[in-house]
Amino acid sequence: MTTQATTVDAAALTKKYKKQSQFSEVWRRLRKNKAAMLGLAIMILLVGLALAAPLIYDYDGDVISQNIKNRLQPPSAAHPFGTDEMGREILARVIWGARTSLSIGFTAVLFALIVGGTLGAISGFYGGIVDNVIMRIMDIFLAVPGTLLAITIAAALGPSTINLIIALSISSVPGFARIVRGSVLTVRDVEYIEAAKAIGASNGRILLQHVIPNSLAPVIVHTTLNVATIILTIAGLSFLGLGISAPTPEWGAMLSSGRTYLRNASYYTMFPGLAIMTTILALNLLGDGLRDALDPRLK
Amino acid sequence: MWKYIGRRILALIPVIVGVTLLVYFIMSLAPGDPVKTILGEQATPEAIESLREEMGLNDPIIVQYVRWFGKLLQGDLGLSYKSKDSVSMEIASRIPTTLKLSFSAMTIAILFAIPLGIIAAVKQNSIIDGASMFLALLGVSIPIFWLGLLLILLFSLRLGLLPSAGAQSWKSFILPGIALGFHSMASIARITRSSMLEVIRQDYTRTARAKGLPYRDVIQKHALRNALIPTVTVVGLQMGALLSGSVLTETVFSLPGIGRYMIQSISGRDIPAVLGCIVVFTLTFSVVNLIVDLLYGFIDPRIRAQYS
Repeated sequence: MTTQATTVDAAALTKKYKKQSQFSEVWRRLRKNKAAMLGLAIMILLVGLALAAPLIYDYDGDVISQNIKNRLQPPSAAHPFGTDEMGREILARVIWGARTSLSIGFTAVLFALIVGGTLGAISGFYGGIVDNVIMRIMDIFLAVPGTLLAITIAAALGPSTINLIIALSISSVPGFARIVRGSVLTVRDVEYIEAAKAIGASNGRILLQHVIPNSLAPVIVHTTLNVATIILTIAGLSFLGLGISAPTPEWGAMLSSGRTYLRNASYYTMFPGLAIMTTILALNLLGDGLRDALDPRLK
Repeated sequence: MWKYIGRRILALIPVIVGVTLLVYFIMSLAPGDPVKTILGEQATPEAIESLREEMGLNDPIIVQYVRWFGKLLQGDLGLSYKSKDSVSMEIASRIPTTLKLSFSAMTIAILFAIPLGIIAAVKQNSIIDGASMFLALLGVSIPIFWLGLLLILLFSLRLGLLPSAGAQSWKSFILPGIALGFHSMASIARITRSSMLEVIRQDYTRTARAKGLPYRDVIQKHALRNALIPTVTVVGLQMGALLSGSVLTETVFSLPGIGRYMIQSISGRDIPAVLGCIVVFTLTFSVVNLIVDLLYGFIDPRIRAQYS
């Protein structure tokens, strides 16, 4: 009895240790990459700001309520980023804008990852006709440039947050399907999958327990970089009037309204633009760093 | 090779049918009654019903699509709800502007990206390398429309050097070209650098050096020619980004191109016009991708050998 208990313990320990070591190995490599750590730090800061936004500025009082007396004030101690044409604090709207962009961005990517990932995994794992049908459909979606597809869907559905998420997710699904399929294909025929099949594991179990964990690396990188693409698309669509509509604070929409005041109030377009660029830069740095850390061969 | 080209062109047909079906279906989801858009809110129910019948809007969606696709094959994209003119003509009159914009963007991108990529690779890990790669990173991170606004602010409003809107002369395409091309420049520079780095380490580069060729010749005649192959692909892939980007760039710089027409049509609920623009963009994208794939085989004998 005692021997058996010890063996189980040892097995559990090995499993735990193994899991830890893989993660810490990646983390160790990532930590050495200064650019990636800078990206990570900026993202943590941005997510923190987005979460803490309600504590810093009151949504009804500072972010959307108009105060015409204070309109278009240049940056000063009282208004660090200046005020917009409605007299609203630009800093408050930039911070709340992070909340808008990040929450929509992450939600859309999550949807795209789940749908695209499932389709890609099924496609890669089963192969044959299933693979052919799914991938030909994905090819059709991929034949429309991503942003253009998002513009089309957003235009058809009309501007609203939900429609924006739908448009962004759908245009990202084919990319995820392709990445996951490719990644699954590389692990599908390796020996440990054959071993799992030989001991009679079900297809679902093999897919969940063996295939997916081992094909994660490219998917993680693609996800990080895709968040960047999506946040850029949110801003672009809102700039065109197809995304987030007033008075909700959103960086692209802010740029669109600031455009009118470019000559006399250039600070208005400066800060939302900087916010978009910083976010995308951070995600790109992190994504590139993750690529190197997760798969040193790719370097 | 010819067999391969033929096969690729044939493979394009189902994609085109699928893509047009996809965008037609998406646009049919658009809320609002097109008949009311045309006749106005005060129209009588009889007038609405007769126009609906006339436009074939009472038929099943697939019937409508087949009819629309049949016309598309003859180059007819239907009539605009707003201007009542032919959408094909409206788009055709805007093609030169969009072409000039894409051309200037691509020229600016290639002109800067390739030297930047080569220098960065040749002087790997130097300050120049760091600076060019930082510039490239900035290029993929900066939103086109913000860069456009910054360029207008500096060169049009502050310095008064270049026009900020319209398409009067070649000068009108400089700022939009930079704004649109900067992103592609960044991607092309990055890929040129990494493929150069790979080629510089190849045996034939070492051989060229060993037999005493000047370094400049080795880079230009041996390394660059081989390194440019992936670059060509990326240039082609950037076409998709250019098409999407032209929508934003034309909006920022008020250029009368297809992208701006599309956005104006979206806000005017002019569905045939929106559909027409998307179809033109998508078909261009598919054809460019095909050309790039074929070109790839053409410039790389190793790939060509696989198909002959």
